[in-house]
Amino acid sequence: MLYDTFIAPFLDFEFMRRALVGALALALGAGPIGVFLMLRRMSLVGDAMAHAILPGAAIGFLLSGLSLFAMTAGGLVAGFVIALAAGLVARATELKEDASLAAFFLISLALGVTIVSMRGSNIDLLHFLFGTVLALDDQTLILIATIASITLAALALIYRPLVLECVDPGYLRSVSRAGGPAHIAFLALVVINLVGGFHALGTLLAVGLMMLPAVVARFWARDISAMIVIATLSGVASGYAGLLLSFHTSVPSGPAIILVAGVLYAVSLLFGRVGGLVHQAFPRRHLEA
Amino acid sequence: MSAALRFEDLTLGYDRHPAVHHLDGAVERGALVAVCGPNGAGKSTLFKGVVGLLAPLSGGIDLNGCRIHDIAYLPQIADIDRSFPINVYDMVAMGLWRRAGLFGGIRARQRDQVEQAITAVGLRGFEDRAISSLSGGQMQRTLFARLLLQDARVILLDEPFNAIDAKTTADLLEIVARWHAEQRTVMAALHDFDLIRAHFPETLLLAREPVAWGRTAEVLTAENLMKARRMCEAFDSSAAACNQAA
Repeated sequence: MLYDTFIAPFLDFEFMRRALVGALALALGAGPIGVFLMLRRMSLVGDAMAHAILPGAAIGFLLSGLSLFAMTAGGLVAGFVIALAAGLVARATELKEDASLAAFFLISLALGVTIVSMRGSNIDLLHFLFGTVLALDDQTLILIATIASITLAALALIYRPLVLECVDPGYLRSVSRAGGPAHIAFLALVVINLVGGFHALGTLLAVGLMMLPAVVARFWARDISAMIVIATLSGVASGYAGLLLSFHTSVPSGPAIILVAGVLYAVSLLFGRVGGLVHQAFPRRHLEA
Repeated sequence: MSAALRFEDLTLGYDRHPAVHHLDGAVERGALVAVCGPNGAGKSTLFKGVVGLLAPLSGGIDLNGCRIHDIAYLPQIADIDRSFPINVYDMVAMGLWRRAGLFGGIRARQRDQVEQAITAVGLRGFEDRAISSLSGGQMQRTLFARLLLQDARVILLDEPFNAIDAKTTADLLEIVARWHAEQRTVMAALHDFDLIRAHFPETLLLAREPVAWGRTAEVLTAENLMKARRMCEAFDSSAAACNQAA
C-alpha cells in the first residue's frame, strides 16, 4: 500500500522518474538562490525576471518551433537584457528598481503571449506558461542538471561577498571590490535558474520553486546556512510530493508541485519556530534573565 | 614621522556642491584626531572620500601607499541590515577579510583572534546571538571587535559614540587608546567636546571649510566654535563656480 502510493509510480513510469530528477535538480539550484533573493529583498525581482524570459523564449519558438536550444538562448538573452535594463533605469532615473521591473515584466508578459499566439496553439501557450515537467527529454534534463551544478559551484565562489553585501554593504565596499561583480554573477544565476525552471514549470511557476521554499525556511531558521539547507529540502520535498499528488489525482503536475510548496508555506506560517503565528499567539513564559 | 594621509586642496561634494571645501593638511602616522563640526559640516563626507566611496570634485588625497584594506572604516550604524540572519561571531569574523579573502579558510589561530576580539569588547557569551537581538551598544561593541581584527594602519570612526551609554563609550575609548599606543592612525567624527578634550590630542574643526586644525586645546576655542556655527549649511542652488586658487 505504502509502496504503491509512494514508490511504485516512479518505478513503473519513466516519465515520472524523469520528472522527479528534473524537479530535484531544480530544487537544488533554486533553493539557495531563493534564500538570497529573499534576504536581499528581491523576492519580486525574481518574479519579474521570470516573466521577462517569456518574450525571448517565444521569439526562439517563433523562429524554430519547440527547440530546446532556441528557446533557452532566447530566454537567457531576454533575461539578461531585462536584468541589466532594470538596473540601468533604476540607476539613471528617479524610478525605483521594483517599479521599473514591474513595468518591464508587464510589457514582457503581454509581448510574450502575443508572440506565442502568432504561431502556436493554445496548447503551446499553456506549455510556455506552465511548463511540461512530465515531458522532459534527455537534453532538457542535462540542461537543468548543468544549471544546478553551475549554480552550486558559483554560489560557493561568491558566497562571502554576497552575504556581506546583504548585511553591511558599506563594509564590503571598504575592504573589497568584489561586491559589484558578485551581484552581477548572482543576477546571472537567477536568470539561468529561471530558464531551467521555465522548461519544467513554465514562466508563471518557475519562481515558485525558488521563492516558496525560501520563505518556508525563514520560519524555521535564524541562520543563513540552515536556511539554505531547509529551503533546498523543502524544494525537494515539494517536487516529490507534488508529482505524487499529480499522479494520483490527475492534477496538472507543475501546479501540483507549487501547491505542495504552498501548503508547506502555510504550515510554516502557522507553526514555524521563528515567528510562526501560533508561537506568537501562545508565547512560552519569559525567562528570568 | 611621516604623514599617513595628506589632503591636497581637497574638495568633496554631491552634485557639484562642495561638502568639504579646499581642505589642505596632513594627518601624521600614529595621530589620534577628532573631527568635529556642526551637522552637515562634511565629517562623514571626508571619511567617504578617504575610503574611496566618493571621488573628489577637485584636489586629492594622498594615502601614502595605503591600500584599500589598510584602512578600516566604521560608518554610521544605519548602513547595516540588522534583520539579516547572522550571529555575532560571524559578524566579527568578517574582520578577517584581508587574510581570508573570498575563499581562505579560518584556522585555529584566527579563531583564537576572533575569540580575543570578542572578549576585548566585552561580548564574551554573545557569540551565537543573532545581530537582530543586540542592543545599540552591543552592536557597536560587535563592530569594534570587527575593527580590531581588521588590523588596519588607518582607522576611521564615523560618530562611533552616538546613542551609546557612558560605560560602553568608556570601554570603546580604551580600545581607541590601545590603537593609539600601537601607532595606528585614528580619526573619529565626534560631537562631545568634553570627550574630545579628554581623549584626543589633535582636532580638525570642519564647517565645510576647515575652520581650524591642530592641538585640541587651541582648536576648540569659543571663537572657533562660533565661527563654525555661523557657516551656513544649505547648498546655494544659484552658487557660481568656485574659482578659489589652491
